[in-house]
Amino acid sequence: MKKPELLVTPTSVSHIHDLAQAGADAIIIGEQRYGLRLAGEFKREDVVEAVKAARQYGVKVYVAMNAIFHNDKVDELSDYIRFLAEAEVDAIVFGDPAVLMTVRETAPHMKLHWNTETTATNWYTCNYWGRKGAKRAVLAREINMDAILEIKEHAEVEIEVQVHGMTCMFQSKRSLIGNYFEYQGKVMEVEKQKYEKGMFLYDKERDNKYPIFEDENGTHIMSPNDICIIDELQDMVDAGIDSFKIDGVLHEADYITKVTSLYRRAIDLCADERDQYEEKKGQLLSEIEAIQPKHRPLDTGFFFKETVY
Amino acid sequence: MLLKNDKISKIVDGKRVIVKKPELLAPAGNLEKLKVAVHYGADAVFIGGQEYGLRSNADNFTLEEMAEGVRFAEKYGAKIYVTTNIYAHNENMPGLEEYLKGLQEAGVHGIIVADPLIIETARRVAPKLEVHLSTQQSLSNWKAVQFWKEEGLERVVLARETSAEEIREIKEKVDIEIETFIHGAMCIAYSGRCVLSNHMTARDSNRGGCCQSCRWDYDLYKLNGEQETPLFDESDDPFAMSPKDLNLIQSIPKMIELGIDSLKIEGRMKSIHYVATVVSVYRKVIDAYCADPDNFVIRKEWLDELDKCANRDTAPAFFEGVPGYKEQMFGVHSKKTTYDFAGFVLDYDRETKMVTLQQRNFFKPGDIVEFFGPEIENFTQVVGTIWDEDGNEIDAARHPLQIVKFKVEKEVFPYNMMRKEH
Repeated sequence: MKKPELLVTPTSVSHIHDLAQAGADAIIIGEQRYGLRLAGEFKREDVVEAVKAARQYGVKVYVAMNAIFHNDKVDELSDYIRFLAEAEVDAIVFGDPAVLMTVRETAPHMKLHWNTETTATNWYTCNYWGRKGAKRAVLAREINMDAILEIKEHAEVEIEVQVHGMTCMFQSKRSLIGNYFEYQGKVMEVEKQKYEKGMFLYDKERDNKYPIFEDENGTHIMSPNDICIIDELQDMVDAGIDSFKIDGVLHEADYITKVTSLYRRAIDLCADERDQYEEKKGQLLSEIEAIQPKHRPLDTGFFFKETVY
Repeated sequence: MLLKNDKISKIVDGKRVIVKKPELLAPAGNLEKLKVAVHYGADAVFIGGQEYGLRSNADNFTLEEMAEGVRFAEKYGAKIYVTTNIYAHNENMPGLEEYLKGLQEAGVHGIIVADPLIIETARRVAPKLEVHLSTQQSLSNWKAVQFWKEEGLERVVLARETSAEEIREIKEKVDIEIETFIHGAMCIAYSGRCVLSNHMTARDSNRGGCCQSCRWDYDLYKLNGEQETPLFDESDDPFAMSPKDLNLIQSIPKMIELGIDSLKIEGRMKSIHYVATVVSVYRKVIDAYCADPDNFVIRKEWLDELDKCANRDTAPAFFEGVPGYKEQMFGVHSKKTTYDFAGFVLDYDRETKMVTLQQRNFFKPGDIVEFFGPEIENFTQVVGTIWDEDGNEIDAARHPLQIVKFKVEKEVFPYNMMRKEH
C-alpha cells in the first residue's frame, strides 16, 4: 500500500541526521527572510549542507518561501530561487503568487508546493493552484477529516496534511510584543525581549496558553494545543494522502526526533499491518503523551470538530 | 511632497485640477443604508448577499433587494459591488453557480472575491460581473498584483499593510485598478491569515464567523523551563492587540495624487448615521481637493464631523508608516460616539417650515439638534413643539420609527438627518 511521505522540520543541519534515522522522508527548512514559522533557521550555507546531509538518506528537501512579501523583497526572490535550484532542493513552498511568478521566470522546472496555511479549504482551489504550477497543496488546518478526504478524492495535485504539532492562528505585520513593552514604558525590554522565544498569551476564560513570538515577518500567535492524530491515520492512509507533516516549530530537537520515530512506526503499521496498527496505536499515543511538554496539551485539532459561521 | 502625474491632473485656465477623480466606495448593510450612501455621495456601494460574504451577522441583501439597490444606484450613476469573499469549503460549493448567476441577473456591477474557486466560477457562469480581488488575499507586492492582472481581474484591493510608497510602486509597475481602505475598523492580522476565532469559539473567521478575539485582553508570560513569569506588573494594563480604527482623511490628497482608483470606507455593520456622516465628509474632501488641489486645506469642521460618529479612536495605520503602540488600544477604552442619530427627514414644507421626520432616537422639545445632509450646510436649532402624525401635540418623540412633525427654520430635504449630542 502506498505510504504517505513523512515530512518533518529540523532545527539544524545536524538534526537532519537524527530525523532521517528516525524515519523522515522529507524535511522543510528555510530562513525567516523568506519562510514562515520554521523550526530552525537555515541560511544559504546551511541549505547546501542540509541537502548534502539529506541526500545520504534519500530524504527530500523542501524550502519555505511562504512569507507574505512586500515590494522590498520582490527583486531578491529570483536570486534566492536560482540559489535553491543550484542547491538542488526538491521543492519550494510558497503562498504569495510573486514566488510562483518568479519561479516561472528563473527556475521553471522547480517543483512548487502551495501553502498559505489558512486558505486551502476546498478542492477546486487546490486544483487551481495546481493549474498555475503547484505540484502539491498543503491543506488548511481548520478543516475536518471528511473535508480532507473529499479534497483528496477530487485533487489533481498532491495533498499534504499536518498530523502533529502546533499551528499558526494569527500573523500580524505589527510588532505587537514590542508595542506592548513600549506602551508599558519598558523601552529597554523591547530590543532585549521581543525576539525571544518562550512567551505566551494567557486566556483566562479558556485557560489556554497561546505561544507568541516576533520575527522579521511580524507577530505570530500559535495554537494552545499540539495536534496529535497518530492513532487516527487510517482513513487518510487509505485515501492516499500524499504527505503527513509533523511541525516542530517551538519544540526541542529531541522531541521532534522522538515524535518522528513514533509516526514512522504508525505509518508503517497502518499501511502494511493494519491489525498491528489497531492494536498498537493506543500505545504509540501514550508514548507521545509521555514526552509531551506540560504546557502543550495534545488534541485532535479540527479533524473531528465542526466550525460554524 | 505630493507626487505630480500628468494622467492625474492638468492645467485648466492656469490652475491645476484633478482629472482622475477616485471612486468613493461605501459600505451598506441593508437597502436603506445603500440608498443613504448613494444619496450622500458614494460613487459605489459594496453590500453582502445571503451567502458567501464575510459578515454572517449582518442583515445582508436578498437578490430582490440587490436589484432594487442597483436600480436606485443607477439613478445616481453609482455602482453596486457584492462581497463574495469567503474562503469556501467543499460544502459551500453547491449553490455557488446559481448564486453568482443571480447576482448577474440582479444587475450588480462587480463582486469582491478572495477564493479562486469563486473567481473562476464567476468568469464561467456570470461573465458580466467585474471581479475585484478582496483584501482577504493580503496582496502586498507588485508582482503578486501582476499575477492577478494576468488572471484577468479588473481590480485588486490591497492589503491594509501596504504603505503609500509601496502603492506608488505597484501603480507604476502594473496597470490595474487599485482599491484601498481609507476609513473604518480593520484587522490587526493580515486578512485571511487569522483563525483566532476558529480556535477560541469554533467560529470560522474566513467564512464570516469572526468573533473578534483580537479585541480581547490577554496576559503576557514568559516560560523559563516550567516557570511562568508574568511580563507585566500589578498596575500594568493587560496585553492587547486591538487596533485603532483607520482614518486617512489627512492622506486623501496623497492618495489622489498616487492615482488610487477607489477609496473604500469599511463598515457593512455600521449604522445609517455612520454611513451618511463618513460618506459626506469624504465626498467633500475629495471634491474640494480635485477642484483646486494646490490651495487645498483640510477643514476643521470635516474632522469634527467625523468625530461625531467615531466608534473608536482613529489612526492612519500602514499608509503613513509602520504603526506603533499609539495606534493600538490598551486598558479601558469607552465607546467614543458623542452623538445619537435622532431623526430621518421624510419631507419638508417650505411654506409652513414644518418637517416630517421619522424618529430614530428619543428627543423632546428644548433639545438642541443638528441637521446635516448633502444639500445643506450643518445647522443646529432648539426643538420646539412636536406633533404626531395626526396633529396631536406630544411631550416627546418616544417611539422608534414614529412619524413626527415640528418646525425647522432652515430648509431641509428628504434623507437629511438629525442628530443630538448625548
